[in-house]
Amino acid sequence: MTAPAVALKNVRKDFGTFTALRDVSFDIADNEFFTLLGPSGCGKTTLLRMIAGFEETTAGAIFLYGDEIENLPPDKRPVNTVFQNYALFPHMNVADNIGFGLRMLRWSDADIAARVKQMVAMVKLDSFAHRMPSQLSGGQQQRVALARAMAPKPKVLLLDEPLSALDLKLRQEMRAELKELQRDTGITFIFVTHDQEEALSMSDRIAVMSAGEVQQIGTPSEIYEFPANRFVADFIGETNLLAATVQSVDEHRIDCVLAGGETITALANQPAAPGQTGYISIRPEQLTLTGSKPSGDSLPGTLDGAVYLGTDTQYTVTLAGDLRLTVRMQNSQTGAVPLQHGGPVHVSIADHAARFLVD
Amino acid sequence: MAAGTGSGRTISSTFAPVRNYLLAPSWLVIGIFLLVPVLLMLVYSFLTKEFRGGVIWEFSLAAYDQFLFDRGLFGDDPPKIEWAYITIFARSIVQATGATILCLLIGFPTAYYIATRPTKTRAVWLFLVTIPYWVNLLIRTVSMKFLIRDNGPLNDALMGIGLFDSPLQLINTNTAVQLGLFYSYLPFMVLPIYAALERYNFAFSEAASDLYAPKWTILRWILIPVVKPGIIAGCILVFVPSLGAFLAPDLLGGAKTFMIGSLIEEQFKGNAGNWPFGAAASMILLSMVLVVLMFYARAQARDQV
Repeated sequence: MTAPAVALKNVRKDFGTFTALRDVSFDIADNEFFTLLGPSGCGKTTLLRMIAGFEETTAGAIFLYGDEIENLPPDKRPVNTVFQNYALFPHMNVADNIGFGLRMLRWSDADIAARVKQMVAMVKLDSFAHRMPSQLSGGQQQRVALARAMAPKPKVLLLDEPLSALDLKLRQEMRAELKELQRDTGITFIFVTHDQEEALSMSDRIAVMSAGEVQQIGTPSEIYEFPANRFVADFIGETNLLAATVQSVDEHRIDCVLAGGETITALANQPAAPGQTGYISIRPEQLTLTGSKPSGDSLPGTLDGAVYLGTDTQYTVTLAGDLRLTVRMQNSQTGAVPLQHGGPVHVSIADHAARFLVD
Repeated sequence: MAAGTGSGRTISSTFAPVRNYLLAPSWLVIGIFLLVPVLLMLVYSFLTKEFRGGVIWEFSLAAYDQFLFDRGLFGDDPPKIEWAYITIFARSIVQATGATILCLLIGFPTAYYIATRPTKTRAVWLFLVTIPYWVNLLIRTVSMKFLIRDNGPLNDALMGIGLFDSPLQLINTNTAVQLGLFYSYLPFMVLPIYAALERYNFAFSEAASDLYAPKWTILRWILIPVVKPGIIAGCILVFVPSLGAFLAPDLLGGAKTFMIGSLIEEQFKGNAGNWPFGAAASMILLSMVLVVLMFYARAQARDQV
């Protein structure tokens, strides 16, 4: 099949005078684990609900494997949804919940029974088929919701923050299970979350959204290492953002001046010209602190504080011009370095770690 | 809350030693105003009637006998079933059932409409539903009488638009009583269904729709089963008072629409009264209501499993 699983063309959604999505266009490939990531109110859930058919498009078109679907009601779309709070039918037991979609599709009783059996086995709930949803734990309900949505063999599975109601440990287990399930079944997953760790750990590709627009689409490492703009750099992981002015340009390499007068060499996210302003983004783990000046380039500063985090220690450093930096170093590497609170330190930046983001 | 949970004691364990004393006022009120009157009625139904109302303290089954059997004018014919009162009872059940169905047909969509409005406007709609209930039931029933009489506004309107040539005979009919009961008790249907729908998670409907269920299937297999307790509560709240109603049948009906409530009312009001007979009719009515409530309790218990 050459057509993408889902194709969005200039999709727009207005709620009264509020624009939830403006001109969103992108393709999701067949068999892809695709994540819509963004803070609450960015439009990611609205977009998912438009693909499911619960919200109408104000403008634009949605294609499912080449067929235009934005005018079809939800019950005519071959996609299924795992809801945020599961929405299991409270008056039906696990087996009836899972079989509901098949019943609606008029499968025979024997086929339904066989498929339900297969699904409860898939989510490891074999002995719970006759329990009511209220008799299940949150994690079990989550599995039932997953089995119910996957039972009718949808072409695309939509997941609306399915892990957000689970506790941390269970959430981490389910991440691995979901990823495995997606790989095994070959169903295209569209996963909505505000949790960047979830997105980075499971997705083939991520669309980072903010204020009704897609900020960047890419693989987890592309998004983490080459953020397209300040929002993405700030939202995905931790970063140091320093205001800077372009001094000279050599293809992608840019020399910029910070507020304190130091010069940093960075890679630019888009063509820049001398005199242009923007931000330097450097991940805390790409910085190294030393007590004495190292041989390479470094920035002098003052150590303000250190927070012990188990594997890492997080340091706060103030540079000239009152710029603050967060540095994260593994404790196994820092053991020998004597660092004094309020004392002078030197910060060195790993090669190619600094990014210049045009404002 | 901190004070209550800090010592690791629950509210009920804290008050256990004095619970009965604290409940005493409630027991007193329930006893004086509920249990004693019902027991009094039960006792009265087995006493002998005094000619001008009241009772003579002498055991008698005459009231029940009069209700169920016809022994002829002088009481020495072989007993036959007396159909007059049984007919009144049957009519009451039919009328109350009809009113309940009518209230459900109109009340459910009304409650659904209100429950799906934005939160702010719901209060306004609920207020509108309850406004008529600030007016006395008698006044409302009389106003209904004026509305549907032969030359009232309803008939004027029907004839005005040319639907009928002569006034529609509504007053003094079973239909009029039906309308009166419906109008009297509609909010008792709307409010509990609304309460159930308000708690209904509309994500259930979305999930069903996502799983290929068309609209009516969602209503039949998801929405109605989930809000069923509210529907049953509404039906009971309409059925029970409709069964014993006397204002609507008195004011809107005629001789052929006589209902059990009016029969009981007649036995206690005025000089022609027969207190034991009224009490016996009340007991029969009460036992029928209890049977209905028992079915409800059984259904509830079954759903809990």
